Amino acid sequence: MSAVASAVSERADTRRAKPPARAARRARPRPWRAVVLGLAAIFYLVPILCSIKFSLIDQQGRYGIQNYTAIIHNGTLRGALVLSLEIAAIAAVVVVGLIFPTTVLVRLKLPRLTILMEGLTILPLVVPPIVLAAGLLQLKETAPLWVVNDFFNHPLTALTPIYVVLAMPLVYRAIDTGLRAIDLHTLVDASRSLGASWPATLWRVVAPNVQTAVLGGMFLTIAMVLGEVVIANLIDQSNLTFPLEMIQFASQDNAPGVSVALTLTALVFTFMLLFALTFLARGRGASRAGVI
Amino acid sequence: MTTPSTTPAQAVGPGAGPHVPPTPHDAATAHGAPPSQAATARGAAPSRGATAAPPSTPAAATAVEFRGVERRFGTVAALRGLDMEIRPGELVALLGPSGCGKTTALRLLAGFDRPDAGVITVGGRDVTGVPAHRRDMGMVFQAYSLFPNLDARANVAFGLRMRRVRRAQRLERAQQLLELVGLPQAGDRYPHQLSGGQQQRVAIARALAIEPKVLLLDEPLSALDARVRLQLRAEIRSIQRRLQITTLFVTHDQSEALSLADRVGVMHDGRLEQLDTPEAVYRHPATEFVAEFVGAMNRLPGRLSEAAEVVVLGQRLPVIAADGMAPGTVVDALLRPEALRVSADAAGAGEIVERTFLGSCVRLRVLLDGGQEVQVEAPGHSADLPVGARVGIEIAAERVPVVSPSARP
Amino acid sequence: MAPFLIYVAVFLGVPLYVVIHGALTSGGHVTLANFSAIFTQSQYLIPLRNSLILSLWTSVGPAILGLAVAAAVVCGPADGLLRRIVSSACGVFAYFAGAPLAFVWVASLGTLGVITLLLESTFGYDLSRHFDISSQAGVGICYFYFQIPLMVIFITPALEGLRPEWKEAAQNLGATRLAYLRHVAAPILAPSFIAATLILYGSAFSAFATMLALNGCTNPVLPCKINLEMSNNVLTNSIPVGLALGTEMIMIVAVVMLVYWLVSRRAGRWVR
Repeated sequence: MSAVASAVSERADTRRAKPPARAARRARPRPWRAVVLGLAAIFYLVPILCSIKFSLIDQQGRYGIQNYTAIIHNGTLRGALVLSLEIAAIAAVVVVGLIFPTTVLVRLKLPRLTILMEGLTILPLVVPPIVLAAGLLQLKETAPLWVVNDFFNHPLTALTPIYVVLAMPLVYRAIDTGLRAIDLHTLVDASRSLGASWPATLWRVVAPNVQTAVLGGMFLTIAMVLGEVVIANLIDQSNLTFPLEMIQFASQDNAPGVSVALTLTALVFTFMLLFALTFLARGRGASRAGVI
Repeated sequence: MTTPSTTPAQAVGPGAGPHVPPTPHDAATAHGAPPSQAATARGAAPSRGATAAPPSTPAAATAVEFRGVERRFGTVAALRGLDMEIRPGELVALLGPSGCGKTTALRLLAGFDRPDAGVITVGGRDVTGVPAHRRDMGMVFQAYSLFPNLDARANVAFGLRMRRVRRAQRLERAQQLLELVGLPQAGDRYPHQLSGGQQQRVAIARALAIEPKVLLLDEPLSALDARVRLQLRAEIRSIQRRLQITTLFVTHDQSEALSLADRVGVMHDGRLEQLDTPEAVYRHPATEFVAEFVGAMNRLPGRLSEAAEVVVLGQRLPVIAADGMAPGTVVDALLRPEALRVSADAAGAGEIVERTFLGSCVRLRVLLDGGQEVQVEAPGHSADLPVGARVGIEIAAERVPVVSPSARP
Repeated sequence: MAPFLIYVAVFLGVPLYVVIHGALTSGGHVTLANFSAIFTQSQYLIPLRNSLILSLWTSVGPAILGLAVAAAVVCGPADGLLRRIVSSACGVFAYFAGAPLAFVWVASLGTLGVITLLLESTFGYDLSRHFDISSQAGVGICYFYFQIPLMVIFITPALEGLRPEWKEAAQNLGATRLAYLRHVAAPILAPSFIAATLILYGSAFSAFATMLALNGCTNPVLPCKINLEMSNNVLTNSIPVGLALGTEMIMIVAVVMLVYWLVSRRAGRWVR
């Protein structure tokens, strides 16, 4: 974070000091908390552990890590993975590029539109992807040829824009959480009064202070792309994305463990990324990273 | 405010005279009284508050006592052995910089926290182990404490609802209290529809609705703007006096503390430095910290002489408490700006470097030949003391407190 | 603001429009024939009912559980280890629905799943007799896996909006913790809770891949039916019907969003 950005955010921190924050009080450990969290932990960890065990058994019933190394050996899988990662990277950048400035703007100047914003970004969660896919398929049938050739034929251009939309809910949440934790008004006022233009303010002052939230949003997008099958399946049957490839593998009875192994890898990888991200948060204002 | 059941007279603190010396706690008093009571114990016979308009008869008030109270947060000691007594019906203001422990003390009294050591008694009864919701105290927070889902009247009536007062009665009582705090029409409004000052009034009404034994105020005026602050300050004082409720008021604002309180407790770094009337705290500060924290204070170098006197600025003055310092020691004399007089003198010891006109008086910053700067307060019409004028300084105090010289140059 | 709106309009709005348009036209002119088909024939009504019921219990259940988890987490410090772990986990699992989830589920509780085999060998207990992973119930429980994190994500801001002053003031006025929850916390949280539950409902309603992977849509919900119609190349009229079903889903979702909007406004009034 540049010196200016950190200096500005420090100033904002002191101004936020009224009413003074209460000293952090350790909550008296209450039994219900432990029970709830314990049950949740069991519910989530047990299937994961089972999957780990499952993934370590190869076709002959012996233990081994063949399932995990399959990805390195298998060219189709590798290709699909690369493709998916490409899509994911582009989608991640685009979605953040769209959501971040808009969210900042809404929080700063148009607070009444917050509900609209929230509603719009929730739509992708509740609108069935299948319906979107259906619509896209129709489009593909009825659109002029040049559109079909340029856009629909390659998954990169066909899927990426849609994935941007699908990623919006969580990216918006992450960025919103990040913005809530800093004093946005003061930061922006300070920066503008020092002569920075809007783009410069966004890029040099606001973004560094919510960088963990932004990165978190990007990682979530990548995770989503690596798992999305519905739309990919309907749109393009030829170049398979990574998750579709995984399903192919699973349906071939010889290697169910591979899919599980891949799933686990993606899961753990994404978790580690997000977890590490929470430690990169700097400064009191950005002490929160992640979606909650 | 009428109380439904009789209350045996509370123990009263050591003598009620005007010139009470700062109280190192006196163990013999204050809890000889029978551990009585509960004028308004929770769940006891429902409080019938529906008497005629503003409460008139003061209840027998309650004394509060802290004995050896300590509280630590991790490695930070927020309170180190606090001994303090609040007499029935008096308003004690706890004053001090942030981190001095005043809010901690208040929260311990309210029951939101437990002390690591020591005892807190209310009306002679040990409440250290009593949970907050049974302590029967009214608290006003700094801000944002009204329940947003209830309108003003329902907020005020909340405590009564918890005590199972019937609906009609508690709403009527709530309306009375809203009138008491000057908001008779605001009953139907929600907190987000009220201004900051109005919200705090409702908060006060809410705290008073339950007829608490003790009233606690945690910097209630700090979040308000200046005009509203002054207005509300006076109203709080008048209500408190009228109802004769024992009150603990925490603030970092000196003028608030000095103008509101019967006694002011100055705290620093977890310790109570002095607990005395506002005048005594100002005129006869007990410690160096109090002297410098309350009001402005000059430190002038001087030397102790034989006869418990100090020589400062060429003048010889009696000393208040030399505390075992040997004659001849170099000390700092503590002098208030209004204790110094300046007069135009071409051969004087100092030169005016800054002049601030404050209406009724003029604050002058005078640079002495020795490099020292002092603040002097002069009457407003001292027209012949412009910046750059040479002046002589005379000390107009009877006795002078002295302390060891500070490390600062 | 503008680029965002344009983008959403194009990539979200256009497909939706196409769906609705396609449902209403047949052979070039407006018709309601498709709709009459889907609202009368049981092959379309049963999936509708399945969808509505499944979504109901897989949204309300996780809503309550998610609230409990979020409350348990929010009590602790904001940058404590617990919060970090839960935050990362929620991010990962919220988007976990679909094939990957199905794999994990089958690996644990399927006929050859680890737990199934374990129970068999240790206790002689045959899990598959009582619990079929490919039944509606089985799939539904699977939904909990991503619905609960979703709830945690959406309800945490509201929980953090509960000021400590309210709790302390309530205590000070004589409320026990239970009384505080009942009289203060619950009313304040209610709008946000309802709003979040609605989101969960929509999310469950639109879930599809998981069921497809787990039981191949044997007891179909609406999305399954749509998929069937859309990819059915034999019957020439199936596509418009598929689109009509899609429109039906859009309408239901629209209702959900409308209620969400109404409830959110109420929540916003107090907390902001």
